[in-house]
Amino acid sequence: MLSITWLAIAAPLASAALLLIGGRWLDRWGHWLGVVASGATVVFGIGAFVGLLSRAAGDRAVETRLFEWIPGSTLHVDASLLLDPLSVSFLLLVGVVGTLIHVYSVAYMADDPRRRTFFAYLNLFVAAMLLLVLANSYLLLFVGWEGVGLSSYLLIGFWNHKPEFASAANKAFVVNRVGDVGFIIALGLMFSRLGAVDFTGVFAAAPTASTGVLTAIGLMLLLAACGKSAQFPLQSWLGDAMAGPTPVSALIHAATMVTAGVYLVVRSAPIYAGAPTALLVVAIVGAITLLFGAIVGMAKDDIKKVLAASTISQIGYMMLAAGLGPVGYAFAIFHLITHGFFKAGLFLGAGSVMHGMDDQVDMRRFGGLSTLMRITWVTMGLGWLAILGVPPFSGFWSKDRIIEAAFVGEGIKPWLLGGVALVGAGLTAYYMSRLFFMTFHGRQRWTEGQHPHEAPALMTVPMVLLAVGSAAAGLALAAGNSFTTWLEPVTGARIEDSPVLPTPLIMTLTLTLVALGIGAAYVQYVSRPVPVKAPVASIATIAARKDLFQDVVNAAVFQYPGQYITRMLVFVDATAVDGAVNGVGAGTARLGEFIRRFQSGRVRSYAAVMLIGVLIVAVLVVKGGA
Amino acid sequence: MNPFDPVLPMNPMNYVVLASILFSIGAAAVLLRRNAIIAFMGVELMLNASNLVFVAFSRSLNQVTGQVFAFLVMVVAAAEVVVGLAIIVAVFRSRQSISLDEPAEMKG
Repeated sequence: MLSITWLAIAAPLASAALLLIGGRWLDRWGHWLGVVASGATVVFGIGAFVGLLSRAAGDRAVETRLFEWIPGSTLHVDASLLLDPLSVSFLLLVGVVGTLIHVYSVAYMADDPRRRTFFAYLNLFVAAMLLLVLANSYLLLFVGWEGVGLSSYLLIGFWNHKPEFASAANKAFVVNRVGDVGFIIALGLMFSRLGAVDFTGVFAAAPTASTGVLTAIGLMLLLAACGKSAQFPLQSWLGDAMAGPTPVSALIHAATMVTAGVYLVVRSAPIYAGAPTALLVVAIVGAITLLFGAIVGMAKDDIKKVLAASTISQIGYMMLAAGLGPVGYAFAIFHLITHGFFKAGLFLGAGSVMHGMDDQVDMRRFGGLSTLMRITWVTMGLGWLAILGVPPFSGFWSKDRIIEAAFVGEGIKPWLLGGVALVGAGLTAYYMSRLFFMTFHGRQRWTEGQHPHEAPALMTVPMVLLAVGSAAAGLALAAGNSFTTWLEPVTGARIEDSPVLPTPLIMTLTLTLVALGIGAAYVQYVSRPVPVKAPVASIATIAARKDLFQDVVNAAVFQYPGQYITRMLVFVDATAVDGAVNGVGAGTARLGEFIRRFQSGRVRSYAAVMLIGVLIVAVLVVKGGA
Repeated sequence: MNPFDPVLPMNPMNYVVLASILFSIGAAAVLLRRNAIIAFMGVELMLNASNLVFVAFSRSLNQVTGQVFAFLVMVVAAAEVVVGLAIIVAVFRSRQSISLDEPAEMKG
């Protein structure tokens, strides 16, 4: 079963190709083909999981060689898949969450004339992400990496008849390219300094490489991860990526895109083992992003933008955990899996609310939906409790561990990182409760003529399943540390370091802050009426509503100077380069004008010139001969 | 009697002077006269002046090469006359004049 796992990539890829090439005859059942292709990955995933489980723990890394890809003497790369606990965990997450989103999309996109294309892109997305996580070399991983970038571009800009949606897709693509540059540099460094680009070769060479090289590779990989995972300072694309249909947001945020950066960092653990500075930068980036996302999330009124900010913040948690090194790798992946469930559930819930509210996304126009959308209310409620980290829901098991791990260490570092993680938990509780209360509780603030209604079963069933996952996955995976033990072959044995604060105290503090967050949101958005128009707010709130001026900063620091440089280069090109070329042309023409005058057309003057020439030659010959 | 008998030396100086005079007359005719026929005759005169020098030196140096060149020049001159006269006739037919200064179509 392990050797045929490549079919998990091939099935959605083939389906995507068929859906794109095939004609209208596929319109009637093409979306189901997409669902089946995505479902097939779950089957292969389970097969691979069982296959690995039947092996000894130390032997759970199976490479399957597909074909010789780059037959070179110094650079020899085979296209091979690597099945180990980490990649199979991703395979299952992408497969399960992806398939549920596919099913949901069947109903959500029912009225869209391009539903078949949409499913082709979804399949392509899943295939690219699976290639990314199953590849056994950085080079093949990069192919999947770019495939994910392409599919996200196509899906974010799916409704590209609206110019702002198309430009959101462009923004995502461009920001991702910035990260890709880091990836390419890291690849080059690996090849030139470590002599390999496949995991085995790189990780074998890493311990002997110098710290400087490893730090450079680590930082470049972090840049790549920042682009793909929307981490500071490359987080700006994720908010705009909400332009895509809601299932796309769910897919991007839960399974197939933003998790790739965390995967890359965790996968590169042997590199970061030799580069503590790079690892610290990873943790700092995670901590900054965590707060950034949470602060932005507190101010947004657009339900999808709140969820987007929440993703930025949660991925920040994962990055922070990954940046803690062997203490945190397993928790980063653990949180990634649980986050995959509850974030997908929350997005699908948001899609369901929008479905019932005629595509309204302003939370100030919701309110009182709990009685009319029972299933959505319950499923989103479970997701809400999960992301808050309320025990025993899944977020509690993963996020609490990250907060504890952040407090491990010496000096000021654990206090800062742990403090940020702790505060982040409180902020998360506030903004997610705000979302939940503004949407489902309080006074009804709908626009005229709206009739909120529950979504059809095709949409609610995936929501229910994801809600079950949100509620139970954490407990199931945390029981007996089964998940972290399962990941040990990849992340290394867990180091039992005690945090600088006693664990019960950290947990108490976390839960207190969460309770405070919920309480604040309750007082503000349930006890008091919510104004339909956003009230005039303090400078801090205005800044947060504007994504802390991320676009202004990007424009001021990168866009305008970049445009200036471009204009300057165009000017230099037009004056210096073109000037030289045109000057040569004009000079030749003027020389021709001058020489033209000798071509008088008068035979006798030609004869005279000839005679003079002959005489000169004759004189020279005679004198030279003498 | 063998004309190349080294017993009979000769001084080419007189021939060279004569040839120079002839060549100068020819060149003057080409440069100064507007009539194409006259200019043409000047060219012929220059060619024959050079022939004279060739032959004179051939005799003086007792080598046959000069005579070979003289024949070559004659052949070229004959061919040139054919082409040149044909051109002059054509020019005369087209513009009723054989002045060398009038046609200036080849002016650059």
